[in-house]
Amino acid sequence: MERFAALVDALVYTSSRNAKLALLAGYLQQTPDPDRGWALAALTDGLDFPAVKSSTIRNLLMERVDPVLFQLSRDFVGDTAETASLLWPEPLDERGPSPSVSEVVALLSGLTRATAAAGLATLLDRLDADGRYALLKLATGAMRIGISARLAKVAFAQAFGVSVDDVEEYWHGQTAPYAPLFAWAADGAEPPRGDDQPLFRPFMLAHPLEETVVDLKDYAAEWKWDGIRVQVVHVAGETRVYSRTGDDISGSFPEIAGALSIPAVLDGELLVRGNHQGGEAGGAASFNALQQRLGRKAVSKAMLADYPAFVRLYDLLIAEGEDLRAHAWEQRRASLEAFMPRLDPARFDLSELIPAANLDDLAEIRGRARDDAIEGVMLKRRDSLYVAGRRTGLWYKWKRDPLLIDCVLMYAQRGSGKRSSFHSDFTFGCWNGDPDQGAELLPVGKAYFGFTDEELKWLDRFVRQNTISRFGPVREVEKSLVLEVAFDSVHASKRHKSGLAMRFPRISRIRSDKPAHEADRIDGLTALIRD
Amino acid sequence: MTAPFSWIRAEPTGIRVVPADCWIDPARPVDTALVTHGHADHARGGHGVTIATPATLAIMALRYQTEAGATPASYGETIRLKDDVSATFVPAGHVLGSAQILLEHAGERVVVTGDYKRRPDPTCLPFEPVGCDIFITEATFGLPLFRHPPIAHEIAKLLKAQSDNPARCVLVGAYALGKAQRVIAELRLAGYHEPLYLHGALERMCELYQDQGVDLGELRPVAGLPKAALQGQIVLCPPSALNDRWSRRLPDPITAMASGWMRVRARARQRGVELPLIISDHADWDELTRTIEEVDPVETWITHGREDALLRWCELNQRKARALALAGYEDEDD
Repeated sequence: MERFAALVDALVYTSSRNAKLALLAGYLQQTPDPDRGWALAALTDGLDFPAVKSSTIRNLLMERVDPVLFQLSRDFVGDTAETASLLWPEPLDERGPSPSVSEVVALLSGLTRATAAAGLATLLDRLDADGRYALLKLATGAMRIGISARLAKVAFAQAFGVSVDDVEEYWHGQTAPYAPLFAWAADGAEPPRGDDQPLFRPFMLAHPLEETVVDLKDYAAEWKWDGIRVQVVHVAGETRVYSRTGDDISGSFPEIAGALSIPAVLDGELLVRGNHQGGEAGGAASFNALQQRLGRKAVSKAMLADYPAFVRLYDLLIAEGEDLRAHAWEQRRASLEAFMPRLDPARFDLSELIPAANLDDLAEIRGRARDDAIEGVMLKRRDSLYVAGRRTGLWYKWKRDPLLIDCVLMYAQRGSGKRSSFHSDFTFGCWNGDPDQGAELLPVGKAYFGFTDEELKWLDRFVRQNTISRFGPVREVEKSLVLEVAFDSVHASKRHKSGLAMRFPRISRIRSDKPAHEADRIDGLTALIRD
Repeated sequence: MTAPFSWIRAEPTGIRVVPADCWIDPARPVDTALVTHGHADHARGGHGVTIATPATLAIMALRYQTEAGATPASYGETIRLKDDVSATFVPAGHVLGSAQILLEHAGERVVVTGDYKRRPDPTCLPFEPVGCDIFITEATFGLPLFRHPPIAHEIAKLLKAQSDNPARCVLVGAYALGKAQRVIAELRLAGYHEPLYLHGALERMCELYQDQGVDLGELRPVAGLPKAALQGQIVLCPPSALNDRWSRRLPDPITAMASGWMRVRARARQRGVELPLIISDHADWDELTRTIEEVDPVETWITHGREDALLRWCELNQRKARALALAGYEDEDD
């Protein structure tokens, strides 16, 4: 438990992602099974001990510490587990050996509501303050120290020199303490199999095309849809819908989960059908419409009727038990097309290929595309196998040119981590009328990237020299600097005073040459709303 | 006959010794001030006469560039403030020159601790408990969660971070008077004799300590040094400089802070500290309560800090106590 406690503390005080990865990887390498597996589960909030509650800890402390002193301390610290770890009276006799993580997990799992307090007390007596903190955080399942499941997997891959895509693939369906995973990664055993479970397979991803020139004889073109990438998996009577991060979102989209009953793994874009918000009848609506459906635990009948979801398919990974990932894209595409008639057309359709002779043609077609659900085009190498992650030369995305607007810098806030001494978070606005006639600036968006390191230094200096007032970490600046902001689309939003919300805004150029009153107006931006 | 102890009064701007018409650590300029130690919230400039230990007066002279009215009081020397009012300065163990002030009048004894600690400190004399009727104590860390670990443990953490990261530097935020010099002296005691690097704001106070006979070893200014020269080194700065632009000149610094508040994780994280060092020049909970038991006064008055919890402790232990509402004491950077 000492090493786990030291890891927890080191992670608490580390903000850099790389440093967190190194800490975690080091721990996984140096800690034996099953401790490292339990630790990994604890850090990614994968452990649950229903018998131990925050109130269990509070009541336990009240028996040992004056309740008034406990409450005053709790108010100061702001966290019950930490307060308890600091206030717990040191045992009078020599403290016994610190328990191992697996011993702690075994003891906590065996607790009931009736035995929780006594069991926890025994453990607390065997630990120092840092150990008690780690124990109480682990026991209440509230680590919250910024370790996402993805970060844990990357650290795992780093620790044992295996590919993170393999880790993603084998991880699904495994439970703590992940003995088969460690046996595979650390000791070279056979990887864990999951053929009989509806598991997630890591996605194949695309690079931005940018200046690359490709020959359309080698590459097929299809539309890039502005929905969310999903994988629909059906095995042994169970269907799952997974998001890009491997999260199970079946609950949010029951109509999709209920529509696949053939054993298969499908790759496509989740969209909602909509003739509302300007879309064509029966076609796909904009991302804004899809957003109505995202992140909802319970889906009402009205939601299902107003924003019906469907998946536009572009790849087939596994069909009736046969893994097609080792086949060329062209073969998989043929298999997908042959598979389509067996699917419910209300829930699945096929992402069409774009017939274009060359890149110039394609650029022209891409430029003419006005469908709200189109984000650009995709280029897929015809002979590419389905490989997890982003591989150079196989798949490209070629987004529509961004929209540009000139805004005025209004507020700036310090960044975090490496950028903590720089103002790197910028809020900018547009005029709500003619600035010479007394119009005001209204904030239209916020961006924290798009600039080079040199530009960031320049912006930071500008902010420091032009601050007119401060609100906590936020500085208001003299409204004199014009920023050219690039963004993908703009939507009506009730959340902002300007009534607008930009999608994916970034600073594309600093226009110190341009006077602030010549910056764009709100109505110019409103005209770009397409939903 | 007046009521007992009516000659000593807590007023919002300080503690007033009524029959001698003088003040202890007043928050505004007065004719006669007795100053416990050199921290800015206790030692302010502009008094007519300032009575303090020679080291405290030297610190004040450095900070306020004025020595008018400075009246030195050596430790143990009893100074007659008025015919029947006297003051004795007794070591408080807080920083160089820090003192408790024992006031005597009409057979009654009052001790004002100023700030104090009970741990050994190579840069100043240790706290001496003095029997008294009224004990006026600080309570900066007056919550039972504050138990400062042994300083050797924290210094070892600092040295480990330094030796584990040869390409970076460790930047230690430490209060300019007292904390910085104590951290340096403790590093020397732990066997670290490499040069230590200082932010400009620490230089003069370190020189003063050395002039007063505290050996701090070789100290060098950071100013003008290239990044590469600071790799693998320990740099000290005031806490306010930790996340300032100034720190950009350093090679990927590990941000450390030496403060009693580092005991609480959220406090360390708020300041962006990667390496919290729990080092305080104030008494922790155990030191506060042990000192009250040891001094065993008739009454305990609490000047500043977490007075609620210490009052509660006094109540639980059948000790008469009250909190004084004094303005102007700060404790954020300790």
